[in-house]
Amino acid sequence: MSALQLPHDKLIEVYRTMRTIRRFEERVMDEMATGDIPGNTHLYAGQEASAVGVCLHLGEEDFISSTHRGHGHCIAKGVDIGSMMAELFGKASGTCGGKGGSMHIADLRKGMLGANGIVAAGAPITCGAALSAKLQGTKQVAVAFAGDGAMNEGVMSESFNLAKIWNLPIIFAIEDNGFGEATANEHVSAGSFTRRAESYDIPAIEVDGTDVFAVYTAAGEAVERARTGGGPTMLQIHVPRYYGHYSGDPDNYRTPEEKAAMRQERDCLVNFRQRVKDVSLLDAGELDAVDQMVEAEIDRAVAAARAAPFPPLSALTTDVYVKYL
Amino acid sequence: MAKKSFRQALNEALHLEMARDPRVIMMGEDLTGGAGAKGVQDAWGGAFGVTKGLLDAFGPERIRDTPISEAAFVGAAAGAALTGMRPIAEIMFVDFAGVCLDQIMNQAAKFRFMFGGRAKTPLVIRATYGAGSRSGSQHTQALYPIFTHIPGLKVVIPSNPYDAKGLLLQAIRDDDPVIFLEHKMLYDTVGEVPDGSYTIPFGEARVVRDGKDVMIVAIGRMVGVAEEAARQLASEGISACIVDPRTTSPLDEDTLLEVAEKIGRVVIVDEANPRCSVATDISALLADKCFDALKAPIKLVTAPHAPVPYAPNLEDAYIPTPEAVSKVVKSIVKR
Repeated sequence: MSALQLPHDKLIEVYRTMRTIRRFEERVMDEMATGDIPGNTHLYAGQEASAVGVCLHLGEEDFISSTHRGHGHCIAKGVDIGSMMAELFGKASGTCGGKGGSMHIADLRKGMLGANGIVAAGAPITCGAALSAKLQGTKQVAVAFAGDGAMNEGVMSESFNLAKIWNLPIIFAIEDNGFGEATANEHVSAGSFTRRAESYDIPAIEVDGTDVFAVYTAAGEAVERARTGGGPTMLQIHVPRYYGHYSGDPDNYRTPEEKAAMRQERDCLVNFRQRVKDVSLLDAGELDAVDQMVEAEIDRAVAAARAAPFPPLSALTTDVYVKYL
Repeated sequence: MAKKSFRQALNEALHLEMARDPRVIMMGEDLTGGAGAKGVQDAWGGAFGVTKGLLDAFGPERIRDTPISEAAFVGAAAGAALTGMRPIAEIMFVDFAGVCLDQIMNQAAKFRFMFGGRAKTPLVIRATYGAGSRSGSQHTQALYPIFTHIPGLKVVIPSNPYDAKGLLLQAIRDDDPVIFLEHKMLYDTVGEVPDGSYTIPFGEARVVRDGKDVMIVAIGRMVGVAEEAARQLASEGISACIVDPRTTSPLDEDTLLEVAEKIGRVVIVDEANPRCSVATDISALLADKCFDALKAPIKLVTAPHAPVPYAPNLEDAYIPTPEAVSKVVKSIVKR
């Protein structure tokens, strides 16, 4: 099914989720400036269509793993933004009780196996989740999100191999934003990512990650393949990274001109609005209303996170084990 | 009770628990041996024969021969544990943990804490350890200090067949990640092992032998070394008590303190390298908590701060011996 033929409420959901991710990240950047969010965060703004286009095919029971740049994946998989915002502020009401932080948000009830501070580490873990699904015959699928930087970690290649020889129901969603931290991908990556996957006989496809409909279509084939026992797929999703590597990154290794052009020409929200307008599917008023709703929701999330208490000091040593002594 | 080898005791534990719980799966290199080849299947049954026969009993879906790809299959085991299975991953030699430490140290060990207590990771990682096999520096280390150091992991080091079976059954039923270390020179040792299932709780030391002049603390293969030393010392009128902690995390501090306070003289025997080790850790514990009861300095008998050597004479000199233990004991026991 072509994505543009999505029912009205699905189209609204796609837009709302992308908008929520964008505004969540922009707001986090603002809140970082106040000094009240500890540490640093890696912002997903610009890449929204990737997480949303993929996760639209997934149910709550399906698995995803994420990266250090994980807020978008969490939101697209249905993790509550109030608890996420509280987690970023390090509060007891956070998704992980304030003990994980931005890089370790996980919500197993939503099939979200964790953001990850270690590049490519989610890939083999997601293979394990896919193996669980396969052995239990549940028809769940698993998606390992990773960046272009992760492609040069050995464990990524190992995971491709394992996924193929075990015919696992998994999708490797490689979000290629052109940079591993502050280094351009072309400076550090040999060959082609899709050919790497294809050398394991894993079908691979490149997608424009500013076009949520293109992502949705490509991911649909991949998820269908996984769910019907066809094994792994690799998606190379080309996305812009609006901010630097992390929130405190001056990002001066990219020129002001190229950053301006990136935002001007590669914006999945603008693209979406244009596409649905072209075929008169949704009117601008409807989308503006969504924007306002999202704004209010994020305001509430920030206010609640600010008001929430930090975890009690006793939490320092709890949850290390299920049972120790 | 039947006499069984350490290897057989472990094999029985795996059979019993896989039969009891369908969520238990195994993955590792050459767990069967011969997979995909034309000749004998289950040809090896593991590099040391520990997993022999499991393929016949449970099939290739549950007994999974992996590529030589520790980071991938240990990570997959962690992910499977997080999502409802109870996997046992085998790292053929613990030295190979070097290529998958991220998945152990940063992932499996930390899921529960990082995720605010909302995750369980019932994962067992079995690995062989220890010197004595003339295998050089990369197949012989005693790396339990590394794992003991990491919160979120439990570390089990059985010294005899009975404990090996009971501790492995406990490890598989445990809801936390467990590093289960098997000394490769112990596989052929024999002891009394019951046929059925039984578990030995973690964090409970075993008093291997009672004595009044010195407490010798030893783990894994060093328990046998301590026992031999104790026999030598007995013939010279020195009575040695031996305590085997069995697990280094959790550590049975109560038993160690109780016996150390009663006897007042302590020798710790450890095959691992000496810096930041289990030996220094226990020594620090006793010095901190029962200093006033000590009648002599705490003494350590350990491997040197050097890799395990290849030449037989050097490797023999690397590993603590009963003679070395006896000598150190005599240096602190006033007669």
